[in-house]
Amino acid sequence: MGLWKVGGVAGLSLWAMERSLQSPRTHSITHAFSPTVRTSVMSRYEMVYRGTTAQEEAALDVATAREADAALHPLQDASLGSLTVYVVPETSSLLPQGVSVYVGKHRSALVKAGGGLAALRTHLRQLTQVMSFTASSIAAVLSDRVPDGQLGPDTRRHLKSSLGYEITFSLLNPDPKSHAVHWDIEHAVNRYVQPILDKLSLVANFSVDSQILYYAVLGVTPRFDKESSSFLLSAHSLPHVINPVEARLGSSAASLYPVLNFLLYVPERSHSPLYIQDKDGAPVSTNAFHSPRWGGIMVYNVEAPASPQASLPLHVDVDMVRVMEIFLAQLRLLFGLSREELPPEFLLESPGNEGLADWELDRLLWAHTLENIATVSTTLTSLAQLLDKIGNIVIKDDVASEVYQAVASAQTAVAELSLGHLHSAFQASKKAVTSSERAFFDPSLLHLLYFPDDQKFAIYIPLFLPMAVPILLSLAKIVRETRQRKKEPTKMD
Amino acid sequence: MLAAAALLVLLAAGPGRADTGRDALREELLLSPLPAGDVAATFQFRTRWDADLQRGAVSHYRLFPKALGRLVAALGVRELHLALTQGFWRTRTWGQPPLQAPAGAELWVWFQPTVTDVDKAWKELSNILSGIFCASLNFIDSTNTVTPTASFRPLGLANGTDHHLLRYAVLPREVVCTENLTPWKKLLPCGSKAGLAVLLKAERLFHSSYHSQAVHIRPVCRDASCLAVSWELRQTLTVVFDTFSSGQGKKDWSLFKMFSRTLTDACPLASESKVYVDISPKNKEKELLEVTPPPTSVLEAVVQGDKRTYAVYDLLSPSLFNTSRSLNVQLKWKRPQESSELPVPILHAHRYVSGYGLQTGEISTLIYNTHPYRAFPVVLLETVPWYLRLYVHTLTIITKGKENKPSYIHYQPAQDRRRPHLLEMLIQLPANSVTKITIQFERALLKWTEYPPDPNHGFYVSSSVLSALVPSVIAMKDMDVEQSPLFTSLFPSSDGSSYFVRLYTEPLLVNLPTPDFSMPYNVICLTCTVVAVCYGSFYNLLTRTFHVEEPSRAGLAKRLANVIRKFRGVPPL
Repeated sequence: MGLWKVGGVAGLSLWAMERSLQSPRTHSITHAFSPTVRTSVMSRYEMVYRGTTAQEEAALDVATAREADAALHPLQDASLGSLTVYVVPETSSLLPQGVSVYVGKHRSALVKAGGGLAALRTHLRQLTQVMSFTASSIAAVLSDRVPDGQLGPDTRRHLKSSLGYEITFSLLNPDPKSHAVHWDIEHAVNRYVQPILDKLSLVANFSVDSQILYYAVLGVTPRFDKESSSFLLSAHSLPHVINPVEARLGSSAASLYPVLNFLLYVPERSHSPLYIQDKDGAPVSTNAFHSPRWGGIMVYNVEAPASPQASLPLHVDVDMVRVMEIFLAQLRLLFGLSREELPPEFLLESPGNEGLADWELDRLLWAHTLENIATVSTTLTSLAQLLDKIGNIVIKDDVASEVYQAVASAQTAVAELSLGHLHSAFQASKKAVTSSERAFFDPSLLHLLYFPDDQKFAIYIPLFLPMAVPILLSLAKIVRETRQRKKEPTKMD
Repeated sequence: MLAAAALLVLLAAGPGRADTGRDALREELLLSPLPAGDVAATFQFRTRWDADLQRGAVSHYRLFPKALGRLVAALGVRELHLALTQGFWRTRTWGQPPLQAPAGAELWVWFQPTVTDVDKAWKELSNILSGIFCASLNFIDSTNTVTPTASFRPLGLANGTDHHLLRYAVLPREVVCTENLTPWKKLLPCGSKAGLAVLLKAERLFHSSYHSQAVHIRPVCRDASCLAVSWELRQTLTVVFDTFSSGQGKKDWSLFKMFSRTLTDACPLASESKVYVDISPKNKEKELLEVTPPPTSVLEAVVQGDKRTYAVYDLLSPSLFNTSRSLNVQLKWKRPQESSELPVPILHAHRYVSGYGLQTGEISTLIYNTHPYRAFPVVLLETVPWYLRLYVHTLTIITKGKENKPSYIHYQPAQDRRRPHLLEMLIQLPANSVTKITIQFERALLKWTEYPPDPNHGFYVSSSVLSALVPSVIAMKDMDVEQSPLFTSLFPSSDGSSYFVRLYTEPLLVNLPTPDFSMPYNVICLTCTVVAVCYGSFYNLLTRTFHVEEPSRAGLAKRLANVIRKFRGVPPL
């Protein structure tokens, strides 16, 4: 069974291709990352240079970079994982003052020439990394293989790669006697969440649902602040907030996908307004926080009624734009789509209504493909370890075929990655994960089904113990006799 | 005042109206003194949602619990009935139950016709439910699942009743306790924080003679024209308190005495919140009992063929909490009731196992029809595990000394380790009669790994199910079913002259021949000891050297002889 021991993803190479209509000159850059000793990831960017076509010239001949980006989009060969960079002359007025790199909504960018070839090359290198992957994003997806303490806290924020995710929006109303809270979640989901999920449907299946939980209270009693006459939740108490709520969220019983929870908490009348404090004691402007790999919570304060005699319950209509803005930002954070710190001359176009730019999707795909391959290798390695530990375990034919399939798919994924075929590599890696998990979690491999050897010995103690008694006694006798024999010659002297 | 209350209700139920569908919650509590002196408390929480769960488009939940809604949508469930029960409802002394459940766990489900692999969906469903309710429902497998043909009809909307879509299973060994109650309470919109559910305190509920909690999900008509479907979730909980023994021989009771809590408010999300107290006069005497505080209204209804009078407390009416902040319903008997004859329910049954030895036995079921002049048919469902091999040729049905031929028999023989026996019969019960049904069985030997822990406790045989349309003694009015209290709306009544009753008999406990499980180890010990002793002596024989040794000191006999000689005054040897 030693066949199944797959080591780390050693010597894996990634190509980010830059295609063109005519390809007169090609050249490639190779990078090697090694997040751990056993795992190393090699990447190669293949660059193709060419002149612009007349159509592209025309498209670039507009007033702003945004219009140019929109006009260039239909002209590009928009295959996953490829980027098109247009180098515009220094004198061009397309880019605003002080900006030399503009990243569009799709898979293209504009770079202002100037400062010589060396400066252009640095810009290009930064740009390709921003739009595909960086050493830190690779390290983040391989975080399971990196020993603790080597990574910052942010890298563990990302959700694990999975075939599907469930997104649950929950409205927590701990005080239905005073607040009758109404949220138009259906419309908000269709309007704000669905576009981004449609785009992400390439990565995984998503299901969205919502619920309203009454009398669901946070696990922490907020502190009253006399100065602002408001209630405060300090940053160090936030980890305890979720536990009592979680018991009522009702995890997905019908599926095995990870759940992303977004909670909107309308504080009780006796505890409002409620604000979240950061580590320095200043109130958080969004009044929201997120929990890595779990979801986000937002506190939504209800304005006190103008007249104190207003009849209860107070009718509250939640402003879904404000809420969804924060939940979408948290969703992007959880998927590791946060925009990294960039040099000031970089300008990123906002993804607009779709909530996600094409190149960000590519980033996600690169990361998830790599993570899937790493997961497959880990799963198969632990399966091999299990087999080594329990010698008499039975591998059925269907389990064996799943393992073969997982290995074959993983190899396909690696090969496709090295050719730069992002989409097929991702599909193959997904298939590999499914097969390897199915093999690993097969009920016939439950190790409790197999008798450990020490129990067999325990059963035969009635045999071994009485048999050992005469042997031990005669051993003791031999020792005694040899000692006496040693003593006797000295006596003789 | 009333208008203000109505406004309050409207405001509470206001949100949610605009989107997918309206949903409404009704909570009811029925307190009924039982003939034998106990008190039965039945809670019912009804959530109705005007949305079609099946289409899959609905994913925004308000009052309906998301966990159950997703389950219904994902697995193609048309109707789901789950009951977890501790104890046994004694129909003979307690009267006809509002809704009985067999001891242990009972689950029966109708699937949608679109479900292709019903067995797979059933397996998945029972596993998920076992997770939701922390019950051992995952032990439901093909050996205890049956597909009855006549006993269980869909209770909700259904077109076509192809019984292949039905699955029924009972786990009589299941013990129901707090861990099952907590997830059940979690499904309520108000949890146990407000409304009637504050009374559901586990330490009181399980200190009772009978505890049964259930979940019923079914599709119902949205309105009278029945063009659209609504989904209804009923969460019911029945508990019987023995007030007679705990109250020093007095049959008086109060909410506080039973639940150690009182009611302070209605659930703010409920559109109806009522407490009913059964104050029906018995034996045509004048009212002997007195309820305090005075009820909001008095309702007369015909329930299960009997005229009942209910004192109604409407928790949403503001006048109720005007005088005191909490409602503690109390019932006092004006003078001690003389122990009169207990009223006998029209249909009741009794079942026992007889025979001696560990090879064969006999299951006997007695069904009583005490109606003075009407005969009626009853459907009997027996599920017997495969390890009791039924001898079908010994099946006898005797009424009034004569053989009674069932008009319908459905028998599915068991297959070892695959499926249980299923016996369904439609038996005509003549007026004022006792029908005895007996069948003999043989006990099978199990493989040694198939025995459960503590096999000498015995093996349970689940309750048999009796379903009947019992003729009513008094004429029933055709009333608005939706408005009537509690359970009358769960079972459809065909006409005014009869009502539907489903009864469960006692579960049986049967001893199977049980091997001595320590025997293999004993054999190992014995043989090992024999081998070890042989080995030891052989080893000694081989390794010891024998040589003759002169006795250097006096032996034990000689010393003893010397002691005796000393006493006698004779010189020692």
